[in-house]
Amino acid sequence: MALKDITLGQYFPGDTILHRLDPRTKILMVVFYIVALFVARNALGYALMGVVLTAAIQVSRVGFKAIRRGMKPVYIIIVFTAVLNVLYTPGQGEPLVTFWIFTIYYEGIRTAIFMVLRITMLISCTFLLTYTTSPIMLTDALERLLGPLKKIKVPVHELAMMMSIALRFIPILIEETDKIMAAQKARGADFETGNLIQKAKALIPLLVPLFISAFRRADELAVAMECRCYHGGEGRTRLRQLKYQGRDIWALCLGFGLCVSVFLLNHLGVF
Amino acid sequence: MNEPILKIEDLTFSYPVEEGEPRVVLNGVDLDIEPGTFVAVLGHNGSGKSTLAKHLNAILLPSGGKVYVSGMDTADEALLLDIRRTVGMVFQNPDNQIVANVVEEDCAFGPENLGVPPDEIRERVDRALKAVGMYHFKDHAPHLLSGGQKQRIAIAGVLAMEPRCVVLDEPTAMLDPIGRREVMETIKALNRDSGVTVVLITHHMDEAAQADRLVVMSGGKIVSDGAPKEVFQRVEELKTTGLTVPETVRLCYELRQEGLDLPLDTLSDEECAQTLYQLLQR
Amino acid sequence: MEPIIQTQQLTHIYSAGTPFQHVALDSVDFVAYQGEYLGVIGHTGSGKSTLIQHLNGLLKPTSGQVLVAGKDIWESKEATRQARFQVGLVFQYPEYQLFEETVYKDIAFGPKNMGLDETEVDRRVRQAAEFVGLRQDQLDHSPFELSGGQKRRVAIAGVIAMEPAVLILDEPTAGLDPVGVEQILGNIQDYHKAKNATIIIVSHSMEQMARTADRLVVINDGRIPFSGTPREVFSHVEELEEMGLGVPQMTRVFHRLKAMGAPVDDTVYTVEQAKAAILTALGQSPRSTRTVSSDEKGAV
Repeated sequence: MALKDITLGQYFPGDTILHRLDPRTKILMVVFYIVALFVARNALGYALMGVVLTAAIQVSRVGFKAIRRGMKPVYIIIVFTAVLNVLYTPGQGEPLVTFWIFTIYYEGIRTAIFMVLRITMLISCTFLLTYTTSPIMLTDALERLLGPLKKIKVPVHELAMMMSIALRFIPILIEETDKIMAAQKARGADFETGNLIQKAKALIPLLVPLFISAFRRADELAVAMECRCYHGGEGRTRLRQLKYQGRDIWALCLGFGLCVSVFLLNHLGVF
Repeated sequence: MNEPILKIEDLTFSYPVEEGEPRVVLNGVDLDIEPGTFVAVLGHNGSGKSTLAKHLNAILLPSGGKVYVSGMDTADEALLLDIRRTVGMVFQNPDNQIVANVVEEDCAFGPENLGVPPDEIRERVDRALKAVGMYHFKDHAPHLLSGGQKQRIAIAGVLAMEPRCVVLDEPTAMLDPIGRREVMETIKALNRDSGVTVVLITHHMDEAAQADRLVVMSGGKIVSDGAPKEVFQRVEELKTTGLTVPETVRLCYELRQEGLDLPLDTLSDEECAQTLYQLLQR
Repeated sequence: MEPIIQTQQLTHIYSAGTPFQHVALDSVDFVAYQGEYLGVIGHTGSGKSTLIQHLNGLLKPTSGQVLVAGKDIWESKEATRQARFQVGLVFQYPEYQLFEETVYKDIAFGPKNMGLDETEVDRRVRQAAEFVGLRQDQLDHSPFELSGGQKRRVAIAGVIAMEPAVLILDEPTAGLDPVGVEQILGNIQDYHKAKNATIIIVSHSMEQMARTADRLVVINDGRIPFSGTPREVFSHVEELEEMGLGVPQMTRVFHRLKAMGAPVDDTVYTVEQAKAAILTALGQSPRSTRTVSSDEKGAV
């Protein structure tokens, strides 16, 4: 079933260096990586980015398959962007092909390739982050990184807690959706045929029970959390203390170095 | 030493109803629970047993009467955290009480809220997970575990707060027989090995039969209270409260109706077989 | 007896061709006869849920066939649709699928999807409500105002209203207290008798199966190791224990009793049979029939 293919927010436990890095470091490295992606202007730069990503995936032992599976839902977007870029990028030189109302230039193909690479690598690196970092660590790190915002009354702890609970319940709600869908199908509900309005109407027997159940779960969870003495972020300690270590400093230097290298490569003028 | 850990005095509770009289759910419950005991509370749906459970750590507050946890009045809001760290709660649906995506992080949730230092949280988490036999699953994602395993994680999450008493509200209702057995074994070991007071809310006779003491509720009141062997002998009385007795007891009861002289304290297979054997030897 | 549902060499593989590949059913030949009360037993993950979802075409076989009333349900789109209505499936905790504003509308959902006219829908809704013991005045209430047990009966009525020739229920009594269990089992029995419908119940409770089913099918590891009358099936004590299923309590007690050397029939599985066996061993006959008949309905 299609719903089960969504790997968003999934975490693959492991004990590699990527797993052990401080989650804050990992978030910052992803930021560096994304900046570098947008700085890169030529094939050399993209090649370097690709090598770094491949190495990171290799080190993480997550496997390319998992990354590819995660990419599934965005394939269409990638293809769509590529086609648009091929067709609509104006060029200076001779057109390569002209048909109907379209003219394709060398520049178009080049931009499309870079665009596809950029999106693919961007998504892959964020997947690598969520695959190697438990959601709690991730939200914890975000809470710390965004900590200064508390001073201007942003409820950082509450937001982080909400996010981690949402991630916890995604697989449960997906499973529940499958179950309710099967139950309604057994009563002759038809989710596939019909026009848009009919299809939207057919969703009511699915959505109403799903919402009711989500509210019930939220209610029960809130009571269970209170029973475990949850009373907001104040006075809370953590099982895992976040502490920057030697390797984190190296990793951050590496991230920064990557940005600089890509910037320099831009001036080597190849392609 | 034997000051009751839970002391319930003339507890009444009613839900407000929009129009008309409030609906009375608990109607004068008196109950003392000694530390270190394993007490089962048995009752049909709507007997008030779950409402009673929710009073034991101040999720609900009495409409009348008092509930004391280790001498602390549950109505005193200043004592809330102390009450909840003394009495832990485990609910029916394990999915709706697990907070985190990784087993050990969920287990740490309680101690984290209590502000326990990190090193000690680590010790408590390990100890709790070992106590429920889930230590080697500490890095797993809860949604990939079986129902019984998830419920044991939920129990570990409560144990990590080091409560003196654990109240379990129909913890096996959603589990298959294997899961039920796992959870029952865990609960019994907890009571036996760590001396934690256990209050088990259930409508399964075979689970209730395993407790030291059995309290039967009906219509918001306690109708029977004693050792399981005694309570289950009141076959007729249990029937009128919408409950049944284990098949082993029922068989002996049926045979007594036929004029045979048999005891009714046959809770286990073995006891029943022995009793029948002696009958056939006579 | 005529077979009403048959599977031939039914195999179902989840996530075929990936590392998560899992064979849930392996060449299963399953049969349910017209008008029988069939029990399906197997632990979680044995493949029993996968099997029952094939019987009304919710899952498509990886290979093999599913025949309902002799017709392959995947022969045409229409055949699949018909199978949904001929074979009614009530899932576990069906109360969580309710969605309409009133009990009436919720029960009417299935019949309406069948394309029946209004008077027929009305007749079926009222009859189904009667089968599950709902009062007429409850039909106008919101299903969400009802108690847990009542909600479940509404959900079961929603399937009964489609008047399926085969009614399949997955753990219909899970989480209910003894009174609730007896009510639901009584409702199912009523439908079974009134319509001569085939009933297939999936349950973990061996005691319940022992009391209700005519025939039992055991599922383990995606196969059917044995099936037959409860007496036959429960004679496989060791195998059932090994599968983590166990046997009814009475069977266990009598096995023990026989092992001690008592001259009793150890193929009993209900309290009534146990009582009869003891009385026979003592050379007595039951003094009255009152207890026997009242207990068939009265106790767990």
